[in-house]
Amino acid sequence: MPTPTTSQRPESDLYTPLSGVPLTAGQLPRGAAPLTLLVVALAALGLWQFADWSAAACAVLGALVYTLLIYVWSRAVEGSRKATDRFVTAVVTCAFLLALLPLISVVFTVLSHGLARFDTEFFSYSMRGVVGEGGGAYHAIMGTLIITALATLISVPVGMLSAIYLVEYGRGRLAKAITFFVDVMTGIPSIVAGLFAYALFALIFGPGVRMGIMGAVALSVLMIPVVVRSTEEMLKLVPNELREASYALAVPKWRTITKVVLPTALAGIATGVTLAIARVIGETAPLLITVGITSSDNFNPFDGRMATLSVFSYYEYVNPGVPPQFSLDRAWAAALTLIIIVMVLNLIARLISRLFAPKTRG
Amino acid sequence: MPPSTDRPQAQKVPLRPGDRIFSGASTGAGVLILVVLAGVAAFLIVEAWPSLTAPAEDIPGGKGVAVYVWPLLFGTLISAIFALLIASPLAVAIALFITYYSPRRIAQALGYLIDLLAAVPSIIYGLWGFTVLAPLTVEPANWLSENLGFIPLFAGPPSATGRTMLVAIIVLAVMILPIITAVVREAFRQTPRLHEEASLALGATRWEMIRMAALPFGRSSIVGASMLGLGRALGETMAVAIVLSVSGGVTFNLISSANPSTIAANIALQFPESSGVAVNTLIASGLVLFAITLAVNMAARAVINRRKEFSGAN
Repeated sequence: MPTPTTSQRPESDLYTPLSGVPLTAGQLPRGAAPLTLLVVALAALGLWQFADWSAAACAVLGALVYTLLIYVWSRAVEGSRKATDRFVTAVVTCAFLLALLPLISVVFTVLSHGLARFDTEFFSYSMRGVVGEGGGAYHAIMGTLIITALATLISVPVGMLSAIYLVEYGRGRLAKAITFFVDVMTGIPSIVAGLFAYALFALIFGPGVRMGIMGAVALSVLMIPVVVRSTEEMLKLVPNELREASYALAVPKWRTITKVVLPTALAGIATGVTLAIARVIGETAPLLITVGITSSDNFNPFDGRMATLSVFSYYEYVNPGVPPQFSLDRAWAAALTLIIIVMVLNLIARLISRLFAPKTRG
Repeated sequence: MPPSTDRPQAQKVPLRPGDRIFSGASTGAGVLILVVLAGVAAFLIVEAWPSLTAPAEDIPGGKGVAVYVWPLLFGTLISAIFALLIASPLAVAIALFITYYSPRRIAQALGYLIDLLAAVPSIIYGLWGFTVLAPLTVEPANWLSENLGFIPLFAGPPSATGRTMLVAIIVLAVMILPIITAVVREAFRQTPRLHEEASLALGATRWEMIRMAALPFGRSSIVGASMLGLGRALGETMAVAIVLSVSGGVTFNLISSANPSTIAANIALQFPESSGVAVNTLIASGLVLFAITLAVNMAARAVINRRKEFSGAN
């Protein structure tokens, strides 16, 4: 059907130039979505406050009602395509908010339970001879720091050298295999890493052995792949021109790497290492089966059981004394300490990468 | 030495000792990683061997390794698969929200927020699941068993403490959410800009653009990321160990107090008090877990890497 164009009929009705077929589709008024959301949220709030419904039920109901409302309204005015779009927007936003709930809840729970024993005694006493009230996690905090430091000491050289191999030297099938298996290694369950360390040391020292260094080895298995991946990413960002300029000045390859490539990528590598530390410092399972727990100070990682923060928290929680409250308070205080350490490490990592961003071109 | 002009043309670069040591050390470190991975398998096999050759009566439970491991394997698989069913759609939605829906300026900060979920140590998820989440599920579980009891998953009788498989599944889902989100986000970020703009220019709504440009591009990444998440969920230890009330039966019932344990949680719970063949048996179960997660992770990486080669990003 030949359709008249608007230029032939400039004087006709602007909205129905095609003999009654509208050019413009209907549209919800500006701010329709936020307004609907506001109304629904207020209604949900009212239900929660005055009808005595549970907060969770109100939130879920509110989200459902809003999604339905905006879909039906939009479908009536704008048609099914726009309505589907609005529907998906609502669903996707809800999914994101839903994911934030556990994060907020976890932080709130740990804070509210952990502050009861978050005092100086907690940080300066061990659990030696403590029954019931009092006692602290000094031995566990030191144990965590020592074992994590040892793990870092093992993982960082191995991880960085492997990354250097992959970026600077590696060609062919060996490099491909290493890249692939480093990725696979990031997925090794932490408990299996613990079993590996146990099996390794049990072969040497006999069954039933417990030592701090075993925990460090187990943590290294978890940490090395993370260090390799992040270092590799950072080394790849170093512009090739820097390397070539160095070679042009007849600098040997190994000095080029240590004096030019590594300093350029240092901030990124530091970020990666910090994140790797943050990942393993809260590990419980491998330490539980390799390092065990003790109630007194033991800062020698080559001699017997040590206490670590996460395992300390676990045992205080599953084996509380009578009355249990003192023990539970210590468990939560240890959890709070742990979460603070992890969050601070994450923050430091972000700060390093923000402040000392790698100097790439463009 | 004065500069010489009559240098032979094909003189090779002298191999300095520093170069040799450095390349040797870095190659060695790379090979060490492969050796460690092989070592994990080898040492686990060596330490698991006594339990495989021991008479069946000596194994805890008295019926041999296979009978001991099977309920644990079942618990591991059921908790991980259900956690994946919850987490992967949610993770894709979150990745979509961060990439396409959130205000551009705060998108990265929102990404960090989701990453923080991964930073929380698993023991804390365990304590949280036990203290907060488990009591919250008691009422809904009652409702489920009354109204949907004909479904085997909700057969009941519901647990009074809430330490059920359902809670373990939810906690696992929360824990694997960030890793799936991170990989999927990376895939969406690499969606060719021109595809997106072309579809918008043709009048597609945002959702149609996502469905036609982003989702096909990210499909294999979504599959790979889900498998990575599955690997995580299979091996997750402390959260399950704390949350789950265990009695060892094989059942699909998610809301009762009689649940099968998982391999990892069982090792954590039993290992400190075990000795002799019991330790070897636990290591044998760990070997099974290692084999499964290794297979899942290798498959996941293969899927993700295959995508990488064909993607428009490089």
